[in-house]
Amino acid sequence: MKLIDSVVIAIRSLFANKLRSSLTMLGIIIGVGSVITLMSVARGAEATIASAYEELGTDVLSIMPINPEVEGGFSMSPAYAAPSLTMEDARALEHVRGVDNIVPINENFITVTAGSEAKSGLLHGATPTYMDVMKYSVASGQFFTDHHVAQRANVVVLGSLVAEDLFGDDDAVGEQVKLKKQRFTVVGVLEPKGGAMFGVSFDDVVIVPITTYQARLFPQQTATGQDAVASISFQITDEENREAITEEVESVLRRRHNLKGDDKDDFAVVSQEQVMEIVGQVTGVFSIVLGAIASISLLVGSIGIMNIMLVSVTERTREIGIRKAVGAKRRDILMQFLIEAATMGFAGGGIGITGGWLLAWAISQVDIGGFKLASAVSIDIIILAFSVSLFIGLASGLYPAMRAARLNPIDALHYQ
Amino acid sequence: MIELDNIAKIYRMGKVEVPALRGIDLTIKQGEMVAIIGASGSGKSTLMNIIGFLDKPTTGKYMLEGVDVSQLNDNKLAELRNKKVGFVFQTFNLLPRASALSNVELPLLYSNGGQRHKRSLEALERVGLGERATHKPTELSGGEQQRVAIARALVNNPSLILADEPTGNLDSASTTEIIRIFCQLHQEGITVILVTHEMDVATQTQRIIRLLDGKVISDEKVTHNDKTIRKRKDIGNVGN
Repeated sequence: MKLIDSVVIAIRSLFANKLRSSLTMLGIIIGVGSVITLMSVARGAEATIASAYEELGTDVLSIMPINPEVEGGFSMSPAYAAPSLTMEDARALEHVRGVDNIVPINENFITVTAGSEAKSGLLHGATPTYMDVMKYSVASGQFFTDHHVAQRANVVVLGSLVAEDLFGDDDAVGEQVKLKKQRFTVVGVLEPKGGAMFGVSFDDVVIVPITTYQARLFPQQTATGQDAVASISFQITDEENREAITEEVESVLRRRHNLKGDDKDDFAVVSQEQVMEIVGQVTGVFSIVLGAIASISLLVGSIGIMNIMLVSVTERTREIGIRKAVGAKRRDILMQFLIEAATMGFAGGGIGITGGWLLAWAISQVDIGGFKLASAVSIDIIILAFSVSLFIGLASGLYPAMRAARLNPIDALHYQ
Repeated sequence: MIELDNIAKIYRMGKVEVPALRGIDLTIKQGEMVAIIGASGSGKSTLMNIIGFLDKPTTGKYMLEGVDVSQLNDNKLAELRNKKVGFVFQTFNLLPRASALSNVELPLLYSNGGQRHKRSLEALERVGLGERATHKPTELSGGEQQRVAIARALVNNPSLILADEPTGNLDSASTTEIIRIFCQLHQEGITVILVTHEMDVATQTQRIIRLLDGKVISDEKVTHNDKTIRKRKDIGNVGN
């Protein structure tokens, strides 16, 4: 029997049971769809993070607290690492040669309100150096000053999108906004910068003096009872001696943290490349977990195909008998049912890919309180999903098809 | 054409062995028209299944056109069913969702024969159903369905037509028509074997083989006299 004839028979019989075929395919559609969506979103997140760090430049290093007991990228996660850095640590680095533009930064998500308008954004507590390290410039007003930092003043600098959402075309400088029910005066608005990280636009940022952040917004103490700093970023002015400078920074901090001899560091100095690697590790684990969940639905889908194929073989026993009586060989019957199952897998995969793609696109368009999840569908994911669904169809159709092929023609003909 | 030498078939039902055929010796020549009769359980269907390669004998030798086909594998048997035999069943056994034409095309699908459409239409015309090619079995009467089944049996030009109670589900008018077609095929040189328990049908053939408990108990030529007697007096059914 020719392959094309087998395919025609298979498709006809799928169309003869439209509802059943589509419900069976639904399992594969949902499975493949969720794989595509989740992987695209994970890839998208990775890509935006990478582009964000590239923009900062390779001369910027960051110090972050780590948990000395935890290996790998998760040692930096706030869930594991106790706050260990302080303002004094940042100040101590001013004496290290080759280090410039030191900025301690605390960060958190926050909602800014002005009258009836509200806007979510990323809150940074920092010092005026922030502007230079993060490569922002001021569009109107001014950045807050060291004086504001010393005074713990309730002043705020708004990212361009925040200012636009709250005040429209009006100049925001001099206006009042509320952060955690406290009044802040807008002293400056930043120029649009573009780019995003974790779906948050760099123009959705709100910056306050770090001292104000520590005292009034999100107070947090180190183990020794000092105000905590989440990270310290700095620029290296002497790229040639990068390693020596890094070592010097580390030894200054070890001394300050009273770490002796074999004590492990409770902080890490990381370059942007390292941060990207760590982010990659974290999103990698994220995609594996999501992928595993999606694979379970694929597995359920394939069990569905197998189940329906078994029912179909039983139901069509007589048909199999007739086909065998007029000369169908085992191989012909095997192919007929195998192709039927594979077609369901293939079609389900195709619909799932299209649906997952659309969903990933839709997700990237949705504004979740100021954040957008980027997504990137790539050809390798699509090819993978297609092959997986085809394989699932074949694998789950094999056993039912073999049962059909092995039927004795006489028994099959007399089956009621 | 067909030579059966001491053919036996034993079915195993758990630990019990049930003999269906106990040593059948039979020779059927090319172009003969034969009826196999007997009560139910006499083994006539089993014999037909073996002759038609749907089943294998437990012991004994089956020679078809001088070739031993007793113990061929499944694929070879499928090929023989496809090329040498045409089956006609009591319950028609048509695919319900396919048109008459598609049903007739079925054997050609498995023999990779060319001109499927044309040959199938010709087969339907031979049984007088050329105009109903696109109808589905549910849209046809019992007699018409059986004619489609005969067209399907014919389409691959088999040398042997095997019919198992072909008129069992039909009214008398359709029965007459179906028997007329079988006689016509016989006249065209095809070997026809009918399994039946209707004496009226059996007497339309040349030769009646009677089975009882898996053995041939009589094998007689039908005389012209028999045919006229049967036509005059309704003797009724043999067997049940």
